[in-house]
Amino acid sequence: MDQSKIRNFCIVAHIDHGKSTLADRIIEQTGLLTSREMQAQVLDNMDLERERGITIKAQTVRTVYQAKDGNEYIFNLIDTPGHVDFNYEVSRSLAACDGAILVVDAAQGIEAQTLANVYLALDHDLDVFPVINKIDLPSAEPERVKEEIEDVIGIEAQDAPLISAKNGIGIEDVLEAIVEKIPAPGGSPDNPLQALIFDSVYDSYKGVIVFCRIKEGRVKKGTKIRMMATGATAEVVEVGYFGAGQFIPCDELAAGMVGYLTASIKNVKDTAVGDTVTDVDNPCAAPLPGYKKVNSMVYCGMYPADGAKYPDLRDALEKLKLNDASLNYEPETSIALGFGFRCGFLGLLHLEIIQERLEREYNLDLVTTAPGVIYRVYKTNGEMIELTNPSNLPDPSEIDYMEEPVVSAEIMVTSEFIGSIMQLCQERRGRYISTEYIEASRALLKYELPLNEIIYDFFDALKSRSRGYASFDYELKGYEQSKLVKLDILINHDEVDALSFIVHADSAYERGRKMCEKLKDEIPRHLFEIPIQAAVGGKIIARETVKAMRKDVLAKCYGGDITRKKKLLEKQKEGKKRMRQIGNVEIPQSAFMSVLKLDDD
Amino acid sequence: MMIDRKELSLYLHIPFCVRKCLYCDFLSFPIGEVNYVNHMGAQEGMLPLAGRGQMRDYVNLLCKEIALHAPAYKKYQVISVFFGGGTPSLLPPEEMGKIMDAVRASFTLSEDAEITVECNPGTVTQEKLAHYITCGINRLSIGLQSTDDGELARIGRIHDYQTFLGTWRLAREAGVQNINVDLMSALPGQTAESWQRTLERVCALKPEHISAYSLILEEGTPLYVNREDYTFPDEDEERELYYMTERVLSKVGYHRYEISNYAREGKECRHNKVYWKRGDYLGLGLGASSMVANVRWKNPDRYAEYAACVEKAQRTAKELPVREISAGTGAEDFAGCLRGLGLWEVQTLGRQEQMEEFMFLGLRLTEGVAEAAFLKSFGVSVDAVYGETVARFVEQGLLVREGGRIFLTPRGIDVSNPIFAAFLL
Repeated sequence: MDQSKIRNFCIVAHIDHGKSTLADRIIEQTGLLTSREMQAQVLDNMDLERERGITIKAQTVRTVYQAKDGNEYIFNLIDTPGHVDFNYEVSRSLAACDGAILVVDAAQGIEAQTLANVYLALDHDLDVFPVINKIDLPSAEPERVKEEIEDVIGIEAQDAPLISAKNGIGIEDVLEAIVEKIPAPGGSPDNPLQALIFDSVYDSYKGVIVFCRIKEGRVKKGTKIRMMATGATAEVVEVGYFGAGQFIPCDELAAGMVGYLTASIKNVKDTAVGDTVTDVDNPCAAPLPGYKKVNSMVYCGMYPADGAKYPDLRDALEKLKLNDASLNYEPETSIALGFGFRCGFLGLLHLEIIQERLEREYNLDLVTTAPGVIYRVYKTNGEMIELTNPSNLPDPSEIDYMEEPVVSAEIMVTSEFIGSIMQLCQERRGRYISTEYIEASRALLKYELPLNEIIYDFFDALKSRSRGYASFDYELKGYEQSKLVKLDILINHDEVDALSFIVHADSAYERGRKMCEKLKDEIPRHLFEIPIQAAVGGKIIARETVKAMRKDVLAKCYGGDITRKKKLLEKQKEGKKRMRQIGNVEIPQSAFMSVLKLDDD
Repeated sequence: MMIDRKELSLYLHIPFCVRKCLYCDFLSFPIGEVNYVNHMGAQEGMLPLAGRGQMRDYVNLLCKEIALHAPAYKKYQVISVFFGGGTPSLLPPEEMGKIMDAVRASFTLSEDAEITVECNPGTVTQEKLAHYITCGINRLSIGLQSTDDGELARIGRIHDYQTFLGTWRLAREAGVQNINVDLMSALPGQTAESWQRTLERVCALKPEHISAYSLILEEGTPLYVNREDYTFPDEDEERELYYMTERVLSKVGYHRYEISNYAREGKECRHNKVYWKRGDYLGLGLGASSMVANVRWKNPDRYAEYAACVEKAQRTAKELPVREISAGTGAEDFAGCLRGLGLWEVQTLGRQEQMEEFMFLGLRLTEGVAEAAFLKSFGVSVDAVYGETVARFVEQGLLVREGGRIFLTPRGIDVSNPIFAAFLL
């Protein structure tokens, strides 16, 4: 394959600006696939992704384009996840590309995430060219958006293709621009093998399928390879490239190409995204730059609603982990919820996705505890522990001080909402850094925010306080000392470990009060009165009461009523089964979930 | 000779009424209002022919059913007969006569059998009552519900208080010495004062028995559908009315013997106690429910299907009864035979289900369940099966366990459903 006829690129965009639709059109109008074969959106082939309209796992497609210059070009379109939780995966996908198409919505213009992704692409020395999408919308302002792109990002936009991916307008212009504006890959097939892993999936027959970009050298069946960061070695069984939705084997992958390899690797842990693959017999001098171990940022407990399903949950997590190296879990036991797992995620979206997949694909009914971050607890004896489960917080007398993770956040918002967003950040203990006006009516707010203030409902609050206009991006900045306390919930005087969480001392009262209120609505009335209390360090700071059931009696029960009446009682009994027993109190699963959403408005 | 016979109760369903009340979810069909007699006793009109014909056809079918099923119950004597509805008192005297003749021809009726007809104010005349009594009817259950005309109108009753008084007088004059009055508390717009007045007015008449139900809003009834348009007593008020019932009635000699039933000494309803004590009862007529020898079933609710069952029973009359029913043996054969007839919800109760029913039906009675009876029926003690459950509720002040009996406390009555549910195994 002539290296000069290869184009490796990705599409960057804000959520909903039309990235996947454009990808579909590109695939449609190039070789390998007929319209009939097209699924509605070829790239997003997980159900979940389609429903959420986002791409979780990077996927890649190789297509063949007959250009106007009479040559045939190989396009490797590398898909990138579109959410801040998956920033690192995005960065590795970008590193596999030589250029990027920036899709900007003709009506909405640039948003925080667009900027974040473009900067990320520019950081990777990618050649970026813009296309303006949704130009057929009545509210489209392509000229304004072009100017904005030039002013804000500083890339040429006057000849940006004006397209409607949805309606197939201007796609040919995009294809030609890919050929013209995206550079051919460099590297030499004669150098030692140096390939970047940008994704991997587990297949029960082939083992791990490694997605890689060959930077230097070549790889084929029989090559002994080593993953330079994890140290794992294997012998290549198959190499190939990506058809749409299928793997197409080929003889070898050489410098400049994007494809996959399999080597009977049993675990995705061995093929970490960002790692460099080299040839054991002819290794490269140094790995590619940029590898980093991905750490979980958000933790929560996951328990099967039906305790007997614990082994099923374990098996399901094991299977998901095969495909998702960023998912961590270890067994834990809760007095309230029984046996389960403490799971670590990249962010709240990642958590929600895993939760939904467990429920949907593995048919599990789950109880999830409040998500938290990793706190650093410095003990008076000099020890430091990384706390992921509030229940493991040492006795206050043993604690010297605690630290919490802080993120640098960028929020893009139209000027009319600056006030309310600043207020929101203030409420969430944000430290104001700066305001940059991108244009007269739009500003980029920079804040430092404690991670535990944004993992719950910050995004929802942001949307509701800006009528959906604000967008948001963040990255971990580091740890800072903070006045943190453990908030405990007592139901009928019994502490419910699964409801405990760590909170800043100043918000303890407010959160405790809200928790009690929420639980009051969730816990059904019992035969006796149930106090619900929030406590910090054994001191009650809030209380609500679930009143005793006043009446539940059937006035009539004669010969014809008995069967029906019994069914009614059985239903009542069944309902109880689905609840968690804490002392004498039955708590519905929903109570554990509801306290996760304590947003104000 | 009679002493050896097992006891059986008969329930006969008469699915006709003048007009559906707004809270009613019983299986009954209005046959028009012209046969309604107002409280002055003057007959406003004859039953329309269609209505009469309809009733005659139904009674003929019912009589056929009685005759077909009876041979299986040779070893039983009938201790109570209950005409329920609908409004059974809409039956013309001759139709009532036909039914009672069929019952007597087919079953052995014990001499002191309690024979009750449910009756709505304004649907009986002196002649009708006289004829009923001749047939052997010895108990009336009159649906009054309230003495407040506004309350009556709101729930769509067909009568007012004066109409009831007329019917009451007719009944007493005819010599009926055992009368129940049905009342309802927690009606829309009802107050403590109006409920007390209702109770006191009824007590002054000295009926032998009073059933006082707290209104149940049944899904699908007009009262339920339009519930937003009414003002119902709240939970606390509802319970106050319920407590008041007991307070007022006990003062004048009625004792509560079941959650909603009150009687003078010795006047408890024999028929209804059969349900709570799990005696055998055979339900005949459209949609009627039965339990005999620990098999439960019911007749179809749909008229054509019910008629088909009776026809089928007639065609296979030779095989019917497969055998005489005896408790404990051949329950499955018996159930199979019932299923073969196309009857509904045929269910053989296993030992566990029998225990559950024993508890949740027995606990409806204020005397509760007798531990000895449980032991005798099931060969194990209550403790062995329900020890923990009983102890927990006793500790919570919801059950009392004394003198070999277990029964609900007044607070236990208020929340009896979750208690009963806990007795399901």
